[in-house]
Amino acid sequence: MSLLEIENLHVSVDGNEILKGIDLTVNAGEVHSIMGPNGSGKSTLAQVLARRDAYEVTEGSITFEGRDLLEMKPEKAACEGVFLAFQYPVEIPGIGNTYFLRSALNAQRKYRGEDEMDAMDFLPMFREKLKLLEMDDKLMNRSLNEGFSGGEKKRNEILQMAVLEPKLAILDETDSGLDIDALRIVASGVNSLRNKGRAMIVVTHYQRLLNYIVPDFVHVLVDGRIVRSGGKELALELEERGYSWTEHDAPLAAGARA
Amino acid sequence: MRETAVAVANIDAWLENFTEAEKRAVGRSLPWLHRLREDAFARFCEVGFPTTRDEDWRFTNVSAIAKTVFRPAATARLAPGDSAAWRVDDVAATLVFVNGRYDAELSETGNLPKGVTVASLREGIASHPEEVEKHLGKYADTKRDPFVALNTAFIGDGAYVHVARGVVVEAPIYLLYLSTKENAPTMTHPRNLIVAEDEAQIAVIEDYASVGGESVVLSNAVTELVAGESAVAQHYLIEREHLKAFNVSTLRIEQGRTANVASHSVLLGGGLVRNNVHPVLAGEGGECLINGLFLGTGSQHLDNYMHVEHAAPHCGSRQFYNGILDGHSHGVFHGRIVVHKIAQKTDAKQTNRNLLLSDNAQIDTKPQLEIYADDVKCTHGATIGQIEENALFYLQSRGISELEARKLLLMAFAEECVERMHSTVARAHIQRLIGENLLFTEGIAPQDGTLGRVDERVVEEVG
Repeated sequence: MSLLEIENLHVSVDGNEILKGIDLTVNAGEVHSIMGPNGSGKSTLAQVLARRDAYEVTEGSITFEGRDLLEMKPEKAACEGVFLAFQYPVEIPGIGNTYFLRSALNAQRKYRGEDEMDAMDFLPMFREKLKLLEMDDKLMNRSLNEGFSGGEKKRNEILQMAVLEPKLAILDETDSGLDIDALRIVASGVNSLRNKGRAMIVVTHYQRLLNYIVPDFVHVLVDGRIVRSGGKELALELEERGYSWTEHDAPLAAGARA
Repeated sequence: MRETAVAVANIDAWLENFTEAEKRAVGRSLPWLHRLREDAFARFCEVGFPTTRDEDWRFTNVSAIAKTVFRPAATARLAPGDSAAWRVDDVAATLVFVNGRYDAELSETGNLPKGVTVASLREGIASHPEEVEKHLGKYADTKRDPFVALNTAFIGDGAYVHVARGVVVEAPIYLLYLSTKENAPTMTHPRNLIVAEDEAQIAVIEDYASVGGESVVLSNAVTELVAGESAVAQHYLIEREHLKAFNVSTLRIEQGRTANVASHSVLLGGGLVRNNVHPVLAGEGGECLINGLFLGTGSQHLDNYMHVEHAAPHCGSRQFYNGILDGHSHGVFHGRIVVHKIAQKTDAKQTNRNLLLSDNAQIDTKPQLEIYADDVKCTHGATIGQIEENALFYLQSRGISELEARKLLLMAFAEECVERMHSTVARAHIQRLIGENLLFTEGIAPQDGTLGRVDERVVEEVG
């Protein structure tokens, strides 16, 4: 059984169809990259997987470990092991970073029938993960993402992923707005979390990130459809020839995939 | 109805109340006190209760108070077990007032440093008449507010706190006002006088609560807080009475040179609540923080009337009020800043943020700046919003349930105010009360009608 199976997924927002029939299979241990121009539906797909309810699924199905993901609320999906690293992490004044992360971890542990972690157990583990992302622990005493730079916010997303250890991580434009140093830190954090049991979907506009996080598969999303799928070399080809190339070849690509 | 008709409603009953009170009043032999009360009562008779045509009362209709015949609350005794539940740990002293009367047995004033007097006002008038005369009624203006006039007319009991020059009292002094269930509408007029002499430091908590069931009560309190030169004072007001309670409170602060005063208000209970905070920065270089939180639900009406008066140069004031309103509740924030001509280099800031959790909740927020000096910085801002869907989704996407996520976000919003409170003792007490209150806030529940599940959850949380 595949970890994630998306079949003929159609999604609308306010009556506009954004995703027009997506098929995608992701197995444990695989890293898939979804590339595409702005407005192609990449973020919509990411948000639907994290179960944001502003999106209306009009057709198709998503199963996660054989279960209907579309039946799940966001917190249930998270507890089952789905994690979304946000393109725009939300600032929440008044909720401390550390407190939030421990609450989230304990909510998930409780769901899985495990004991909650007290501060004594949590902190050493947490410090390890902070080192991994080269993050200052002073940041953790502050409110969630409040006053964080763009790079700090993105690192904080990967830190959360490192603590929550999901089965499926979706990284939504985690590279955007990062300078090369921050990009390296984020990528090495992500790479250290790659393992046989965990799958990742890396959503990106640029090929740059894929130099650091090398995917097993690359899919090109244009106008709500996957028009081309291939190995990591597809990303390089895209970088060279631009997205317009895939649009022209769309019917061929669809045929080739079938 | 004409204004005068409301003004004189039940005047016979008020006259009778006043005459009775005067007969047994504290300090009858003191002519100044006698005159203070008489003048105040005359003033009240002259103007009566305010109406919504009065600009200061535009959003708050007190006709329910005007129409009710109130009698002084009867003396009541609490079972020792009852009072234990109200105790706050680690305070410097506790004064308990039951139905407006000081209860020495429930109170505790044992371990105070030298130079600190904590007593009932009744005792204070007897033991320190000159000190009391110097301040009592000198700041709270009976002409400005009929409720202040009424309180002054009925000056009887309350707290008297005096801290001598340079003395520091770190732990807060806890004043608890309990009202009991009665058969007819009752009233109390607590009157508190808090004096921190030059370079003294003090923190006082006023906590209004009900015990033993609901009946119509009016609590009309006035506190005069005097902070001498370089004195540091914190004042905490907590209103958590039942929903049949009318609660009007006035905090009048008089600040000397470079004094630093903070007023923190937390309105959780009461049916109709009016919270007046009126600091006068009368000496150069004074700092004042006016911080507040109001949580409304059901049909509660919570009115915060701020009147910050800059009367000397180089003073700073900061107002922060956060409101969370649910059900049909109605919140008011009226933030008036007056900068006198002499008060150059004033730096005044005002922020009012509100969360509306239901379609029927209402907030009226009104800044009012009167600036007569020409070199000042005054800013004000207000926001009204709902729980942010983005933030909610972000928390849920990490595995936190919707109910828990809503609670976290509301606590965070409340926490902005709590964080400004310096006293850890007061903060812990207030945090606990807010937590209990938010659990029972209706709008915290998901909108899709799964209330049954919510109830379960509440029990689990409390246990």
